[in-house]
Amino acid sequence: MYGTGLAKGLLLTLRHFVESYMDDLRYGFRKYHHSTDNFGIRQGTKTKGVITVQYPDEKVAVPERFRFVPFLIVEDEDHPTRAGKDWCTSCGICAKVCPPQCIWIVRGNDPVTGRPVPEPEAFFIDIDICMNCGYCAEYCPFDAIKMDHDYELASYDRTSHHIHDKERLSKPNSYWRSIAPTRAYDEMLVRGTWEHKDAAKEARRGASSARARSSQPAAQAPAATVTAAAPAAEATPESSAAAAPSSAAESPTPWSEDEAKREERRRKALERKARRAAKQG
Amino acid sequence: MENLAAAPEQPIETASIDDAVSFLKSNHPDAIKLDDRDGYEGVIVDPDQLLDVARVIRDELGFDYLSSATAVDYLGEGDHMEMVYHAYRTSGGGALVFKAQTDRENPTIPSLTGLWRGADFQEREAWDLYGIRFPGHPNLKRILMWEGFHGHPMRKDWREAYYEEELKPFDSRWPGGHVHRSEEKNVFGKNVSYPTDIDLNRLMDSSETAVYESLGLGVDVERIMDKDGFETNELVVNMGPHHPSTHGVFRMLLTVDGETVTSLEPVMGYLHRNHEKIGERNTYLHNIPFTDRLDYISSMGNNHGYVLAVEQLMSLGRKYNPPTYRCEALRVMMVELSRIVNHLWAIGFWLNDIGAFFTPVLYFIQERERILDFFEAVAGSRMMCNYMRFGGLFGDLPERIKSVANLTNDRVRDYNTMQFLTEMINERIPRTIDELELLLTQNEIVLERSVDVGVLSAEDAINYSAAGPLLRGSGVAYDIRRADPYSIYPELDFDVAVEEEGDMYARYRVRVTELRESVRILRQILPRLEATKDESIWADGKPGAYQPRVPHGEAYGRVENGKGELGYYLVSAGGRGGSSNPWRYHVRAPSFINLTPLGRMSQGYKVADIVGILGSIDIVLGETDR
Repeated sequence: MYGTGLAKGLLLTLRHFVESYMDDLRYGFRKYHHSTDNFGIRQGTKTKGVITVQYPDEKVAVPERFRFVPFLIVEDEDHPTRAGKDWCTSCGICAKVCPPQCIWIVRGNDPVTGRPVPEPEAFFIDIDICMNCGYCAEYCPFDAIKMDHDYELASYDRTSHHIHDKERLSKPNSYWRSIAPTRAYDEMLVRGTWEHKDAAKEARRGASSARARSSQPAAQAPAATVTAAAPAAEATPESSAAAAPSSAAESPTPWSEDEAKREERRRKALERKARRAAKQG
Repeated sequence: MENLAAAPEQPIETASIDDAVSFLKSNHPDAIKLDDRDGYEGVIVDPDQLLDVARVIRDELGFDYLSSATAVDYLGEGDHMEMVYHAYRTSGGGALVFKAQTDRENPTIPSLTGLWRGADFQEREAWDLYGIRFPGHPNLKRILMWEGFHGHPMRKDWREAYYEEELKPFDSRWPGGHVHRSEEKNVFGKNVSYPTDIDLNRLMDSSETAVYESLGLGVDVERIMDKDGFETNELVVNMGPHHPSTHGVFRMLLTVDGETVTSLEPVMGYLHRNHEKIGERNTYLHNIPFTDRLDYISSMGNNHGYVLAVEQLMSLGRKYNPPTYRCEALRVMMVELSRIVNHLWAIGFWLNDIGAFFTPVLYFIQERERILDFFEAVAGSRMMCNYMRFGGLFGDLPERIKSVANLTNDRVRDYNTMQFLTEMINERIPRTIDELELLLTQNEIVLERSVDVGVLSAEDAINYSAAGPLLRGSGVAYDIRRADPYSIYPELDFDVAVEEEGDMYARYRVRVTELRESVRILRQILPRLEATKDESIWADGKPGAYQPRVPHGEAYGRVENGKGELGYYLVSAGGRGGSSNPWRYHVRAPSFINLTPLGRMSQGYKVADIVGILGSIDIVLGETDR
């Protein structure tokens, strides 16, 4: 009969209409309450009805791999030996691998000897040019540049605000661990330490020389004494401060994951590392 | 040998590519030369006999589908211009590549539009960007740039404004990277050039005149528009470039007789950014995120075509490992998910175009949202995925799709990835497709608007190089996943969607069938992912280098993207060691070439149908204009 298809379609529309109110009945005003559980359900695969997010009153948490304009990792202020030091060694790989070429780096030089030092003198990213591809973070051999989760960068004046200098780019290591705990953990497994590659090297060297000198027990890895109370963590909501890894020695896994899986990951990471070492000769 | 001799002689229309080449060589010995450059394939044809040879290739050898026609400037590598043609058989199989060379000073190559109408826009593009003239072309004018533009920007000696260096990475970035803004440098510097005879005081834009001329309006637009002109029955209507139905900045110039369209001329290039020039400055790796910006609805497919092309080139080298099985399975999964995204989007917006304003599209893109959530969790971005790498992927699937609360975001999600995928593929997506069909397939208004509207016959579809649902909606069962398979598609069980009618409704039906077939493929991928859990995603067991060197040669990698055949033609020049930047990077964009038959399809229909016909082709301007 003419019109049957139309009527069926309208019934479907009616069903969608009703379903959009079912959510309201189910959650009441709790729907808009800052309860993380409700939100996970609303956005999940089981839900029907409206999935709209009322930005900016509520914001979808971005996944760990989310990438937005990069930032540079500096050591936390309360680090025993390297407080405030850049992880960047100004090797320039990020600048070379950047597709729109938005990274400018001035390599650091020792003022006395004039030789290059492993720290950038200046670091600029033009965020108008940046295409958020994430290559810099992906190919950085020192895990020193990471993609940020802070996507609210609007400003009134692009000429003065959109070239980020080193000061603007730098964020403490604890911030990275708080926004991407799983990835930070995976990177730690590959590096073999929570510390910067160089720091770990220095620590080993220092320890062995100290042993040689006075045979006193060396302060093994400063890693064990890192605490999470970094300045940037203050603004972080309670939940994430708790989620951030507090100390390498106490709890290397800040989230719940069963032991077998963790072991499996560690084994795989070590295998990868061994393969890479073998490849390089 | 005996077997070969005993085998019945194969008709030449279905013979292998090699046999076809030797057939050509024996029949046209003085016109044909094998392309023996390192890593190249196909034949080089004498331009004077190109038309004859091309006719043999089409009619006698059966290569009826001209997929791609593009130019290469070999400045400093032989100092000639070259047109490269890729012809395929719609019955399946690989390409017969033929080329014609001409000098750079006065490049002229006969037009193939008489044989394949699909060469129309592609030759105009070659004229526009390379300055090659095509005698015999009915309407040879610029297509992406505007008439009056000085120079041909894809030529190797043409330099853009703010030109910095020939190739990336630029030396100014490191180690002495003192930041500057290009735009603050003098814009009237040495990069700006004018034709020698130009008088800046009398500068006039000639592009409009050229557009109207091509419609056979005898120019003088003013005369048509003035009082006397209205005595004719024909009226010129401009739709776009700023028109919601054009899906972007696209313009159609119609001549109408009452409400009936008598001719249609697409005008494009408003979003042109010379993607290919950027691509030739870039390194190979740099180009992957740029491909995301072509068809931004299905960026995973764009990535796939490009990495396939580069992997083809890399396989010419000595050290090459093909991608692992897990990598291929993940690639196919991502590509099929983006095909679902693409078709949901295409159908939804086509309905917008024919008047069902936003109700259906919003139902469909609820599922799209979840697929994009998944992309975001795996690749890091919802639309600009940048997920595939040469010989691998950005990363394996994370165990959980998980967000942690932090400074900017306060809402937490946490799902098991495989469980999320399983529920999506087995429940949510099929349910949405069912709803879509319930809403539309038998809907009387949809039927009346779309049946027998915008008809394109099978012969025309092939001749115009139409691709994707546009081609299959006209009864040509040509799907690259089956006709010229790549990745793990040969072992997957799915059917090629095809409808005979060739109208808007047939294209809709093809898309719906493809949605279901994609779900079918995804269901086969899930157990494969479970089975390969421990496999590396990297061909070499470790991430690839950040500046891979690619061996000398050419490659054409093509995939069946949501919108049709997406091809990448790459040339790697340089020494025997290969190069780190592509010499030629060409995108065979389905959205661009599918517009070639638009004028043909629109003739005789009403103005209101034009909007729907354009919607049923499914274009995206990021890819059309490049």
